[in-house]
Amino acid sequence: MKQFRAFVKKEFHHILRDKRTLFILLGMPVMQIIIFGFALTNEVKNSKIAVLDNSRDAATSSLISEIEASRYFDIERNIYSYNDIEQTFKAGRIKLALVFPQNFGEDLQHFNKAHVQIVADASDPNVASTLTNYASAIIMDYQDRITHDRHLPYTINTEMRMLYNPQLRGAYNFVPGVMAMVLMLVCTLMTAITVVREKEMGTMEVLLASPIQPMKIIIAKAVPYLLLSVVNVASILLLSVFVLNVPVNGSLILLSFESILFTLTCLAFGLLISSSTDSQQTAMFISLTGMFLPTIMLSGFMFPIENMPLPLQVISNLVPAKWYYLIVKDVMIKGVGIESIWKETFILAGMMFFLLAMAIKKFKIRLA
Amino acid sequence: MSNDKVITADRLTKKFGGFTAVDTISFDVYKGEIFGFLGANGAGKTTAMKMLSGLSKPTAGTASVAGFDVYRENEMIKKNIGYMSQKFSLYEDLTVKENIRFYAGIYGMTNKFIKEKSGLILKELHLDSEADRLVKSLPLGWKQKLAFSVAIFHEPQIVFLDEPTGGVDPVTRREFWSMIYQAAASGITVFVTTHYMDEAEYCNRVSIMVDGRIDALDTPQQLKKSFNAVSMDEVFLKLARKAIRTAD
Repeated sequence: MKQFRAFVKKEFHHILRDKRTLFILLGMPVMQIIIFGFALTNEVKNSKIAVLDNSRDAATSSLISEIEASRYFDIERNIYSYNDIEQTFKAGRIKLALVFPQNFGEDLQHFNKAHVQIVADASDPNVASTLTNYASAIIMDYQDRITHDRHLPYTINTEMRMLYNPQLRGAYNFVPGVMAMVLMLVCTLMTAITVVREKEMGTMEVLLASPIQPMKIIIAKAVPYLLLSVVNVASILLLSVFVLNVPVNGSLILLSFESILFTLTCLAFGLLISSSTDSQQTAMFISLTGMFLPTIMLSGFMFPIENMPLPLQVISNLVPAKWYYLIVKDVMIKGVGIESIWKETFILAGMMFFLLAMAIKKFKIRLA
Repeated sequence: MSNDKVITADRLTKKFGGFTAVDTISFDVYKGEIFGFLGANGAGKTTAMKMLSGLSKPTAGTASVAGFDVYRENEMIKKNIGYMSQKFSLYEDLTVKENIRFYAGIYGMTNKFIKEKSGLILKELHLDSEADRLVKSLPLGWKQKLAFSVAIFHEPQIVFLDEPTGGVDPVTRREFWSMIYQAAASGITVFVTTHYMDEAEYCNRVSIMVDGRIDALDTPQQLKKSFNAVSMDEVFLKLARKAIRTAD
């Protein structure tokens, strides 16, 4: 126990002395949450639009003011001829233009039917389709209200409800993703590097010639990173609850348990890498390509797995982060309990034991 | 030097597949002796040393170190030896004091012992004012001497030194050897590999390995006499020329 304490203390010295790395390790989750939360959002807010109102009646002006009142659009300018639309697009000032034809209000009143043209800048297709959706939604809303007291025969109103994330906020998606990414980076990469560094420096030889058991070396190496991960998970959850208003709907204890399970899986993978390589560079390269890239690409966090070709869908099952991501989403956002995620938990635990067994076996082979 | 044997090796052999790295070597090392373990690169020195320090199991033969069997009691062997590798083995990003505390800690020394003894050796090395400095800021010579002090901090019966003076200037090498003599005088057996033939002259007895075998083992004086050589350098060259195996 005394040996073990001395070893853990030494590991903390290494980590605390390397201020720059420590800063990155603790600052990274904060940075990522802030970047994903405020900069890299796929929600579109305050887009500049132009309005060409050829009708100028009560109906158009109330519709326009409604559009302006929404947080999605800012009316950059009013234009007065159809030709100006393209000019304004080319000048790059607007993303969308609304065109009301002459007699819009009258047509609406007398024929119960009027047209609005929505012109969007589709050089960015995602933004264009999101904006046209928002604009038509506002127009539909307006229409609903004015037809409210007239009874139209046989209309079907579809009513959509977005469960668990009614405002369709991106944060619900990336908070679990960032958690998976950060844990992966801290645990896999850092453990792999810290063990391989001992080999490179020649201190591993001295440690193996000392009476401390190899198992204790491995555990002592992992302890500080386990703690660091706990701090990181806590800071991500605090930020997401208090800054991004993403709630933790499920049990916090269950979430912590699953996070520790995933952390252990990453640590085991880091140890496996470190016992199969001899240089820090190789260890870093393997961790990044073997773990970090698949985590980003194949966990379902950036790109939906359902849209992938079948072979990639199959491969994605081998990525531990995919399962952790599913679990966190279910627990945090849907608020489910262990009964709905036991399968994922079981798979993750299986991966953990497999990687750990491999790592220990490799480590022992080296000793013989 | 006494007549107590602290290391005995009898027909010790290590094979890796079809390759015989260490080929039936037999020798004894006595308490307080400085035992030089010489050989060209690839002659099998490191493999032999690994078997004796409990890091690697022999393929055949028997050996005991500090009274413990290398097959069954390698954990006990590890407690009773010190080890310093050819690569520098202190932590650069830890202070002098932290390094001492760490290594003493993994050998299970008590806090009281660590405190008293580290004060003593820091004074001997004239490092007491540098105790809180990071090891990376020390000159190489000091690091090497400190590494040796750390390797024998827990007062082992035997210390294994694997090319301890590589890349060190002559003055520091001399100081280093005076530390080795001091350790030997206090009863610690020193088992040292080296490439410097002048250092071989400092040893009580020297063994020379060629192609996994021990081809010569005696005092430096006796070796020079029987090989009709003026220096250990000449003895070594005469033996090493017979080698078939080349380095790695």
